[in-house]
This record gives sequence, C-alpha cells and structure tokens, in this order.
Amino acid sequence: MTVPLALLGLLEREPSHGYDLKRDYDAFFGRGRPLPFGQVYSTLGRLARDGKVTGQSEPGDGPDRKRYAITPLGRQEVATWLVEPVAAEPYLQTVLFTKVVLALMLGRDAAGYLDAQRATHMRRMRELTEIKRGGPLTDALLADHAMFHVEADLRWIDVTQARLGALAEMVRAS
Amino acid sequence: MIVEAREVSRSYGSTPALREANLSVAAGEVVAIMGPSGSGKSTLLHCLAGIFTPDTGEVWFDGRRLDTLDDGRRSELRRTAFGFVFQFGQLVPELTVTDNVMLPLLLGRTRRRHAERRAAEWLERLELAGLGGRRTGELSGGQAQRVAIARALVTRPRVVFADEPTGALDTLTGEHVMDLLVGLAREEGATVIVVTHDARVAACADREVVVRDGRVCDPYATGAVR
Ligand SMILES: Nc1ncnc2c1ncn2[C@@H]1O[C@H](COP(=O)(O)OP(=O)(O)OP(=O)(O)O)[C@@H](O)[C@H]1O
Ligand SMILES: [Mg+2]
Repeated sequence: MTVPLALLGLLEREPSHGYDLKRDYDAFFGRGRPLPFGQVYSTLGRLARDGKVTGQSEPGDGPDRKRYAITPLGRQEVATWLVEPVAAEPYLQTVLFTKVVLALMLGRDAAGYLDAQRATHMRRMRELTEIKRGGPLTDALLADHAMFHVEADLRWIDVTQARLGALAEMVRAS
Repeated sequence: MIVEAREVSRSYGSTPALREANLSVAAGEVVAIMGPSGSGKSTLLHCLAGIFTPDTGEVWFDGRRLDTLDDGRRSELRRTAFGFVFQFGQLVPELTVTDNVMLPLLLGRTRRRHAERRAAEWLERLELAGLGGRRTGELSGGQAQRVAIARALVTRPRVVFADEPTGALDTLTGEHVMDLLVGLAREEGATVIVVTHDARVAACADREVVVRDGRVCDPYATGAVR
C-alpha cells in the first residue's frame, strides 16, 4: 500500500494536521477515491506507534488538534522507498489468455471474443482520451499511464488474433 | 451516410487486397480504420476517396456513385470535396509552407491574394504562424504534418482522408497533431476517415473498424459490442 508512504512524504514537506494531509492526498493522489478520515487517523496512529511520526497535541478540542511531524526514521523510510524500483509485473496468467485458450479448447468463438475485447479496450481508450482533454496535468498523466497499459493489452489481442490458427492447433493437439 | 463502400473488392494482379468490404460513415463522423499490415486499409481508403476504382462493388459519396464517375469529374470532386493527409511525401519540399498550403486553392482558381489570406489563417490555426516563409523540406516531422493538415483543410473539404498521419511521430507529437486534425475537422463539420496502427490515434475517433484479410469487421455493426 502506498497510503502510509504518501502520507509520510507529505509530512516530510511540512508538519500538518490530519485534515490538511487528507486534503493534499486527495488533491494529488485521490483520483475520485478520497481517503476516508478514519484511514488517515488509523494510518497516522500506526506510523506514530512505529516511531515514524510524532503527534503534538495542541490546545482546543476535537480529534484534529494533533499536529504530526516526520521523524528521522520516517525520513529514512521515504528516502528508501523513493529510489526503489517497483518490480515489472509478470502478467503471465491473464484472464484474457485463459479465456482464449478455454474458448479454443471448447470449440467456441475465440476470434469473436477477441474482437469484442478489442472493442471494449478501445472504448476505454476513448474514455481515457476524454479524461485527458481539458483535465489538469496530474489527471492527464495518470490517464496516460492507464492508456499505455490498455495499449499493451491491445497489442497482445492483435498478436493473438493473428496467431489464433496456430494456437488452436496446439490446444487441440494436447 | 456521406461515404459508403458496398461490397468493394479490389486486387493487385492476382493479389486480392479487398474482398467485399463494407463501410458506412455518417457526415461529421470521425472513424478510425485499424488492422494488421497488408490487410487492405490503404486500399480501402483509396477506393473510398476515388483514387482507386474497385474491381467490383460500389462507392458512394453524398448520395452519388463515385466509382462510375469519369476521371475528370472524379478528380474535380477530390479537389473540391476531399482533403488528404498521408504519412509523408505530400508536401513539395522546394516550396515554402505558405505556397504548399495555397496550392490546392490556386489549382481551384482562387485569386492569389485571397489564397494567401486563407493560408495565413490556417497556419495560425495549426500553430504555425511565423513559419510561412520556411521551405517545407526544413521542417520537423510534426511541423510538416501540421502543414499537411492546413493544406488538407484550406479548401474546406467535406471529408478528410488520412493514412497514418502520425506514423512517423513520437507519442506526444502524434497526439498533438491528431488533436489538431480532429479538433479542427470537427469545428469545420468535416468527416474524417483515418487509417492508423496506433490505438491512441484511433481513440480520438468516434469509433473504429478493423480490416482483416480485406474485409471490414465492425464490432458495433455485428452486435459483438453494444
Ligand atoms: N501497388 C501494389 N501492387 C501489388 N500489391 C499491392 C500494392 N499495394 C498493396 N498491395 C497488396 O495489397 C494488400 C493490401 O495492401 P494495403 O496497402 O492496402 O495494406 P495496409 O493495410 O494499408 O498495410 P500497411 O498497414 O502495411 O500500410 C497487401 O497484400 C499488399 O501487399
Ligand atoms: Mg497502408
């Protein structure tokens, strides 16, 4: 989960109250899925327990009278995370692949399925294009990321469509 | 329907390129033609635009048979009602940007002063103001494609035919070129038919069809997708 690290990173910028953290998180990383307040405070509680942040109570009442600051340990965690590459996911067993092979095995219309899948992916590409148009740069870059993944699927669909005959022979022979 | 192919077949010698291909495009629509290399996309586009004559089948434009017109009327129609954008090689490299954009107007006997003004307007709309005096051989790929779009739109065509208009460009440049082409065509109410391998480019269209082995598969027409 990136939520604790994102909150830590925001705290490295400046000490904040839970409310401000939630607002900043939602603005940069929320994308229509705002962070519930409960999760903000439970995450901060865990980070405090692990010595990565400290909570300083301020006069007044309500749950938001704590100002959180990052500790050297927390800083270290952010620094490590930011330079650590994420493993390229080994999408070896995709749903798409399973559907195609099973369809061939059972003598169903695998080509028809691939056509429909292609059209569905293309529709998603159009939705993402729409999101990019006129939206802020952060939305556009996230949409771009999604588009490159959808494009990868589309290429796979085309390559598989082109090799469907050979794949069918192989599946039936085994 | 403004453009329609009905059961169009076309061979090169003994190589069949199109086999009873069907495609209907409504006025103002932006349609992408996708499909593997060699499947017949360019041949289909050329037949729709009246550049090639089908061996069998019919091509219709705005309620008229296109494939049975004589050569003179067909090229007249191409000049007045159609605009073209290709991957490369369509601009005259020795001429300036402005001269290239004016060319179709001058061929249509528009007066030079008027043509110059129209060319300048279109260069501005394609964010090329200031480059009018440059020779087109001295432009970047993205700039050259924008000049080609200006030249395609300057005659206010009903239909723009584009074959891999972003094929030689990187992702961001291609996207910019495509945004301009589709955005301006929509402003002008022009129909766009664009051949492309690129899903991003195709995603700028209202819908896409796939050409496979010389046939058009239209997933929306066959009910495979709603
Ligand atoms: N001038 C030609 N002479 C002979 N055969 C041709 C000619 N032009 C195209 N063909 C053949 O016709 C078929 C369809 O070609 P076409 O150019 O329409 O394909 P395409 O889908 O546009 O391919 P690409 O994506 O590579 O541009 C191919 O088998 C091709 O080899
Ligand atoms: Mg081609």
